[in-house]
Amino acid sequence: MLHIVNKSPTERNSLDSCLRLATKGSAVLLIEDAVYAATKGTAAAAKLQAAMADLKVYALAPDLNARGVAGRVLEGVNLVDYGGFVDLVAEHNTCQSWL
Amino acid sequence: MTDELEMEEGGGVVKKFMFLNRKAPYGTIYALEGLEVVLISAAFDQDVCMAFVDDGVYQLMKNVDTTGIDMKNFSKTYRALEGYDIEKLYVEKESMEARGLTEDDFIVDVTVMSSAELAALMNEQDVVISH
Repeated sequence: MLHIVNKSPTERNSLDSCLRLATKGSAVLLIEDAVYAATKGTAAAAKLQAAMADLKVYALAPDLNARGVAGRVLEGVNLVDYGGFVDLVAEHNTCQSWL
Repeated sequence: MTDELEMEEGGGVVKKFMFLNRKAPYGTIYALEGLEVVLISAAFDQDVCMAFVDDGVYQLMKNVDTTGIDMKNFSKTYRALEGYDIEKLYVEKESMEARGLTEDDFIVDVTVMSSAELAALMNEQDVVISH
């Protein structure tokens, strides 16, 4: 399953819920304000780092660039562009958007 | 409070306005709309300041490039605030540090203050407008 999160981890609890309910081997794609979770020095970063043992984590690069945080991305996070976003959706049987 | 209000040159009343920004830019329209309101307020010769709290501190990030998301890059507009006599920009230290940021990450010069200091400043305002 591909989990898609688009809300900031310091504004909503969607990322927490996603990480709690995503099962081993699933993929998590961070887009829009959720990309802040993939940046160093945040509380979400530690949670995300721990979750990476079981989950593959991706972040949408155009959204990181637009927020001025492209240079702060955590190690282990895979960056994708819109084409990569489409590939991820196509590769997984189901997508879950955490609105 | 009214007896403490200053008068502007034209004889109008000058009130202390704080625009409180708590939302990240680009994900929602709040930051851009809030900035528009601040620029409009400059036309009324009021005593205006802006405070950045929670995800609002992300509005001030350097190195913004929005070409990949087809949205207007309004980050540079914060630099133009000075030209509108809006020079008091306050960032809450706690919010900044919780996001792993320092003053060097911001596109404009700001005054960093603690929650307690910001709270005191908020209490001094005649009007607080939150976006």
